[in-house]
Amino acid sequence: MTNKPLPQIDVETAPFWAGAREGKLLLPHCGDCGRYHFYPRALCPHCRADGWQWAEASGRGVIHTYTIAHRGAGPAFKDDVPYVVAIVELAEGPRMMTNIVTDDLSGIAVDLPVRVVFDAVTDEVTLPKFEPA
Amino acid sequence: MTDRTACIVGIADAALENGVIPGGATALQIQARVAKAALAEAGLTLDDVDGLLVAGSWGMPRPGSMAAVTMAEYLNIQPRYLDNTNAGGSSFEMHVGHAAMALAAGACEVAIILYGSDQRSGSGRSLGGRPSALDLQFETPWGMPAPVGGYALAARRHMHEYGTTAEQLAEIAVATRKWAQLNPAAMMRDALTVDDVLASRMIADPLHLLDCCLVTDGGGAIVMTNAERARDLPTRPITVRGFGESTTHMTIGEMPDFAHLTCAEIAGREAYRKAGLGPKEIDVVEIYDSFTITVLLSLEALGFCGRGEGGAFVSGQRTAPGGDFPMNTNGGGLSYAHPGMYGIFLLIEAVRQLRGEGGERQVAEAATALVHGTGGTLSSGATVILARE
Repeated sequence: MTNKPLPQIDVETAPFWAGAREGKLLLPHCGDCGRYHFYPRALCPHCRADGWQWAEASGRGVIHTYTIAHRGAGPAFKDDVPYVVAIVELAEGPRMMTNIVTDDLSGIAVDLPVRVVFDAVTDEVTLPKFEPA
Repeated sequence: MTDRTACIVGIADAALENGVIPGGATALQIQARVAKAALAEAGLTLDDVDGLLVAGSWGMPRPGSMAAVTMAEYLNIQPRYLDNTNAGGSSFEMHVGHAAMALAAGACEVAIILYGSDQRSGSGRSLGGRPSALDLQFETPWGMPAPVGGYALAARRHMHEYGTTAEQLAEIAVATRKWAQLNPAAMMRDALTVDDVLASRMIADPLHLLDCCLVTDGGGAIVMTNAERARDLPTRPITVRGFGESTTHMTIGEMPDFAHLTCAEIAGREAYRKAGLGPKEIDVVEIYDSFTITVLLSLEALGFCGRGEGGAFVSGQRTAPGGDFPMNTNGGGLSYAHPGMYGIFLLIEAVRQLRGEGGERQVAEAATALVHGTGGTLSSGATVILARE
């Protein structure tokens, strides 16, 4: 069991989290405009269509920007410092917040290629994280 | 200026000792006291108030989630214009714009904007624990230190795209400290160097402790009325010449351009248009400094320098007393006070400068001021342009 804050999974996001449990990174893909988005929302943020489908992403991307947290986000993350919080730009286009899993903080850089890994923090919740590719 | 042009006619802020309200006070007490003080200097009382605008981070989720409703009850007033707009620290710049429109429309005649916080002396601060529901379920679980981590993400990207340095960010903290040394009310008044900032503890790389604002109590009030009524009041009216607001995201992952403050660009463009003024015609600038990077991004987005030029612009202590770009003249959130939502104090300082009440820190012949607030995690922005007539 973890003392960290877990996502409050809802009817809109349940498929994403179910996919993560199965080791798949799912993204909304809009059939109308052909573009991906993240996080999932009722209307495609690009073309406003409401009929997109979930699609499995490649799990590859690059670090768009990052920070190394030397003070954790509250007591639950206190013992993890220093750790990397990053925005990864996925090969499919959307960006997502994540952690970069690494033993070498000095190797972290903007534009570094990364690939998804899955961290099963509870039976219900698996967090997509990334590691240098 | 027409008879219905909005003016600021009263201001007040709560006195602090080492960042706290002496003897302690609730957020409600703090607001009631500054309300009375701001009205008193304008020759008004609570019985004159028919517009109430309040934002706060106190009493959440209830009763603070209906801040203006709670304050109307506490003050025992029944306003005919009410505004609960809460967009974070920029809320009060939005309130000035909203009040200006309400005054112009005749929806109210005397509006008061309030803020109060006991976040340093009280126990209401828990920035590490944002709920991981709805859109925040895609931020909170990864341990993003809110808000500092979000600002660090923008700083890192700006460094990557433009070569901005930690030294350049530190220049902002150092210049702001020099203004604080001229303000007896400022919390941090010891001399500060760029090396001190760089040697301070890393919080969220690349932001150091001294790139971050203070954590204090505080309270502020602003009284507005129309130009016709202002003529009969004892204070020198400060005219609202322009205002604008926008937002681009709540979760930092959705920021459209990490190296550019899009919401400030939109807000500023609208404020300049309404005012008929441009950045070169502004005498004094008060910009939200939650973190040093907030200032740098705002300066670029508001057109004081070009995109990517912020680092060079703030170098050489240009924004310090005696520099050619007076900014954050009370010592800012970095060195004066930062009670959670700082935006109202930017406005109060701008009014003091335009009235000529700046004392040792007075900017000579300040006739126009630009105030820009930022809220959330670089999420919302609102600009106000003020002038003395």
